[in-house]
Amino acid sequence: MAEEKTWKETTMGGVVLEAGSSANYKTGTWRTLRPVHDMENCTHCMMCWIFCPDSAIVVKDGRWVAFDYDHCKGCGICASVCPAKAKAHEVTGKEGKVIQMVSEGE
Amino acid sequence: MVAMTKLALDGAHAAAQAMKQINPDVVAAYPITPQTAIVQTFSQYVADGEVDTEFLAVESEHAAMSACVGAAAAGGRVMTATAANGLALMWEVVYIASSMRLPIVMSVVNRALSAPLNIHCDHSDSMGARDAGWIQLYSETAQEAYDNLIQAVRIGEHADLLTPVMVMQDGFITGHGVERVEVLDDGAVRDFIGTYTPLYSLLDIDEPKTFGAWDMYDYYFEHKRQQTDAMSKAMKVIVDVGREYEKVSGRSYGILDAYGMDDAELAIIVLSSAAGTGRSTVKQLRAKGMKIGLVKPRVFRPFPADELVEALRGVKAVAVLDRSISFGAMEGAGPLFLEVCAALFAAGIDTKVVNYIYGLGGRDVFPQHFEQVAGDLQGIADSGKVQSLVSYLGLRE
Repeated sequence: MAEEKTWKETTMGGVVLEAGSSANYKTGTWRTLRPVHDMENCTHCMMCWIFCPDSAIVVKDGRWVAFDYDHCKGCGICASVCPAKAKAHEVTGKEGKVIQMVSEGE
Repeated sequence: MVAMTKLALDGAHAAAQAMKQINPDVVAAYPITPQTAIVQTFSQYVADGEVDTEFLAVESEHAAMSACVGAAAAGGRVMTATAANGLALMWEVVYIASSMRLPIVMSVVNRALSAPLNIHCDHSDSMGARDAGWIQLYSETAQEAYDNLIQAVRIGEHADLLTPVMVMQDGFITGHGVERVEVLDDGAVRDFIGTYTPLYSLLDIDEPKTFGAWDMYDYYFEHKRQQTDAMSKAMKVIVDVGREYEKVSGRSYGILDAYGMDDAELAIIVLSSAAGTGRSTVKQLRAKGMKIGLVKPRVFRPFPADELVEALRGVKAVAVLDRSISFGAMEGAGPLFLEVCAALFAAGIDTKVVNYIYGLGGRDVFPQHFEQVAGDLQGIADSGKVQSLVSYLGLRE
């Protein structure tokens, strides 16, 4: 967040003057579960990108690049819809999907 | 002073007449007794092409105020009207209008809240909304209802305020009572209110803005502080607009109306139409030598604490008449009384103050009630003792 303004400085009625400024609001701190990804077994099918309600899947040139952890709230939809399988996930070591959920603290 | 037309109008038609001359961009309203005559008459003006207003006949008062909020955020000059349960149904959005700093002007024709079902006058509807962040003006007559509505546009839209305004008149007593009302020329009203340039507009597609955004513990508090700052500036704006209006209309409007207070040892404070009955009774009592005066606050929000303290300085006993009850407040007192007590205490004045609840559900208040109050006040002033802090006028005991 930018430096917090006083009541004399902030806009009247809380009107937000800048368009698209919700991107500045780092909602990632709300997360209790964290999605983790296995790049080696990812098919780049983009199912996670389609379903993510927070546009928190970063994609470049048609390929999966990263999670936007500043905005991912950890809802788990990406892990739920992920069709690709990994024998031993590169982060969790567990057999299962390419996107798996781990506790935020881990 | 400009030319004026004298018309025979009841309070509701006087309000509709003011709305016609204000010619707001949008009116969204739902009919409810005793306010119906305002919306009905105004919708006829719309149908007859006498106004340019976009009239939204919505499905409820909640929708009415919601549509007003949207239209005002879009940058329009917006008005509505309601009463009693209609105002209660608006509740949520009444707060949103003031918090979003949208200077909507609303005519409230005071009526008792259900239950039991009652359509007649008391102030429980608007008094319930006293903390909703709206400026509140109370009108004694149809003339005042007309004049206050026109001034309300200027008051609410003032750059320091951007705060919605409720203009009250007493249901049936004023709302349906025909009086002589002096109406300004259309052009004089148009010049007085001017054009409204909103600070921000939802329709500004070149610089899009967000209204009513998420506002957490990091900013909500600051926005509430801004609202109370606007209220603290409102009194000066109300006085300034009143002075300017006097130049146009010849009718003087201040914060409160003080009658016989210069030498008064006893004082009665009362809002709206009952002030007329009170004033005529006080006039007769003064003719008999009683040193009594009457104060009629025109403004309840912001509360005119300084002005009331000034008016009551040196008075030995004060009676505050309330047309509503703040249930569970000290001895079941009314809101006007409680605020008068707070103002006097904060100013270090220990005048004896008593409260009378009157007129609930349209119960008439007569000169003999004011005589009874005056007699009680004389007893308090003579003895220095208060027998009853809160009493009831015209109640079968």
